[in-house]
Amino acid sequence: MSFTVYVPRDAGALSLGAETTAETIASEAQRRELEVQVVRNGSRGLYWLEPLVEVVTPAGRVAYGPVQAGDVAGLFDADFLHGGAHALGHGRTEQIPYLAKQERLTFARVGIVDPRSLADYRAHGGYRGLHNALQLAPAEIVKAVTDSGLRGRGGAAFPTGIKWKTCMDASAAQKYIVCNADEGDSGTYADRMIMEGDPFVLIEGMTIAGLAVGATQGYIYLRCEYPHARDALNAAIATAASAGHLGADILGSGRAFQLEVRMAAGAYICGEETSLLESLEGKRGQVRFKPPLPAIEGLFGQPTVINNVVTLASVPIILDQGGAHYRDFGMGRSRGTLPIQLAGNLRRAGLVEKAFGVTLRELIEDFGGGTFSGRPLKTVQIGGPLGAYIPLSRLDTPIDYEAFAAIGGMLGHGGIVAFDDSVDMAAQARYAMEFCAIESCGKCTPCRIGSTRGVEVIDRLLAGAERTQNEVLLRDLCQTMLHGSLCALGGMAPFPVLSALDHYPEDFSRPA
Amino acid sequence: MKQAEPAASGPLSTTRWLSPENHAAVLAVTARLKDQPGALLPILHGVQQALGHVPEGAIGLIARELNLSRAEVHGVVSFYHFFRTRPGGRQVIHLCRAESCQAMGAVALEAHVKQRLGVDFHETTADGAFTLEPVYCLGNCACSPAMLVDETLHGRVTPASFDAWLKTAREAS
Ligand SMILES: Cc1cc2nc3c(=O)[nH]c(=O)nc-3n(C[C@H](O)[C@H](O)[C@H](O)COP(=O)(O)O)c2cc1C
Ligand code: SF4
Ligand code: FES
Repeated sequence: MSFTVYVPRDAGALSLGAETTAETIASEAQRRELEVQVVRNGSRGLYWLEPLVEVVTPAGRVAYGPVQAGDVAGLFDADFLHGGAHALGHGRTEQIPYLAKQERLTFARVGIVDPRSLADYRAHGGYRGLHNALQLAPAEIVKAVTDSGLRGRGGAAFPTGIKWKTCMDASAAQKYIVCNADEGDSGTYADRMIMEGDPFVLIEGMTIAGLAVGATQGYIYLRCEYPHARDALNAAIATAASAGHLGADILGSGRAFQLEVRMAAGAYICGEETSLLESLEGKRGQVRFKPPLPAIEGLFGQPTVINNVVTLASVPIILDQGGAHYRDFGMGRSRGTLPIQLAGNLRRAGLVEKAFGVTLRELIEDFGGGTFSGRPLKTVQIGGPLGAYIPLSRLDTPIDYEAFAAIGGMLGHGGIVAFDDSVDMAAQARYAMEFCAIESCGKCTPCRIGSTRGVEVIDRLLAGAERTQNEVLLRDLCQTMLHGSLCALGGMAPFPVLSALDHYPEDFSRPA
Repeated sequence: MKQAEPAASGPLSTTRWLSPENHAAVLAVTARLKDQPGALLPILHGVQQALGHVPEGAIGLIARELNLSRAEVHGVVSFYHFFRTRPGGRQVIHLCRAESCQAMGAVALEAHVKQRLGVDFHETTADGAFTLEPVYCLGNCACSPAMLVDETLHGRVTPASFDAWLKTAREAS
């Protein structure tokens, strides 16, 4: 009898020892003369249980975790290959409440399939969206995306259908699809999980985008901090190409789409779309003035759709199930689901894909399980390093773009970083300015100089020098950056600073 | 913006002038990659992969091969945090400084790591074994604090687990 065991190859799982766990399972099986096939899947996103080992049983997949090499022999003794009881056992994976309570559309296959297997992808509904798209006129594809209500998941939440239509309507001999896989926001890792755990869904999404707007070349601009995603993407692209799912004649349709991964080089600003395009062209990543919009004049001056990984990976299910299906999830003008990334000081940090409308409190308390340290929660930062610090009085805010704008926050790429009461908000404010100074592209003064001045003013304030005057100065400086910056790096770096100052003033007036 | 790097301290042969082998290695990379659109970043990655850094001497050569000015190539190299113009240690440690890791003790970890290695960020240990670099998120925020050593990711790093790792890494090298 042969058994199938899943051990993730996701970078996060590897960072906790998954490679050794996988090797130990294989060698222990050999020692016991058992036929065990170890499949390297993506992560289910339950990171406090990683390395999460799953065994295929007639009743479904059964989970054990966290499994370190030292636990493996004991698992075999407990007959885990038949789902036997063990202290690390969690029963059927799908029934773990953290997973059972989610609505996984974009992440439907992540952690389930073998990311290197095109056959597995297809067996789980993959390429049905492209198949449908090939029967449609470009305008019909765009309409499905527009109808779904999908908005960009990279941060700005711009309606994807409108962006695509602009590019579709532009006439040019060459157009491009660019995937923004720079995922620079701290507290975010959804792009990484997709690229490592279900790379074909991104490839399929980009191919559909190409058909929609008439682009034949795609680039994935990938941050160089993600070597595991690079390998997963390159493997999947090679497989898709050799199976005729990419290349000169996609699935025998006569339509062409080529795809290539390009590595970034460690500049946060290159996540900003125009800076990214400069970088892809081989230049310094300096932000461009807009207009022209990239959809009209983008990469190499040609019409270009640039979308985030999660945005593009949400397209196949929309083309498969229809725009209305996706649109039925969500609230208000935030349609569909958001893969939320729980991070920082939480007991159960991990990926939670939920329809818009779930509250911050449900995410932090029910899913996150409160702080990891067990100390009281003090604040959460949402939307990356440029996102505001949210006070506990706002925990009932629903995950919704407009609701967050109304409280001076933003959802961004959906990362939520929790801090316990040991955090010093003045230090966080200082860091926000420091980060802006380090990562500024240098094009405009409020950002380039203002951020450095910001660090200095906060230092003086904390040293206890002329507190009131320095606070006025800091607020002034923030206003200048807010209103005088070309892009959101300088234009939003004041959000964490001002929110810290407004909600946690006591942290700025400690005895020096 | 990346700060200007201090003047090269290593032997000139590794910075200003290229050895014949390195010259050939750079040309091999440019020959392979220069015909693709937007070739400069792929070429710089290729050179850094081959030589461990992008020596000053390679900049003129790359410029010549791409029909760019030295200043343009230099401007690109200096813009990106990832490219180094001086040799680094045998292993590069990227330690995450960003918010999720801060919330899980990264500030104390950073101080510990610097003290243990006896270097600050952007510096290389005296024995040439390790270069320490800051990084702003490794996408491992559900397992903070995080550290990337070359291409190996570590999660939930504590001062104690760092010391254990360092001991093994020193013994291995
Ligand atoms: C400073 C800055 C950094 C950004 N970083 C990213 C990033 O890492 N990934 C991303 O998808 N979008 C990022 N964005 C947003 C992009 O500019 C752009 O809105 C996005 O790629 C569009 O794709 P979408 O509509 O699918 O979200 C950033 C924006 C700014 C201003
Ligand atoms: S705000 Fe900062 S990062 Fe954005 S364009 Fe201006 S200088 Fe560059
Ligand atoms: S903030 Fe450190 S890995 Fe994301």
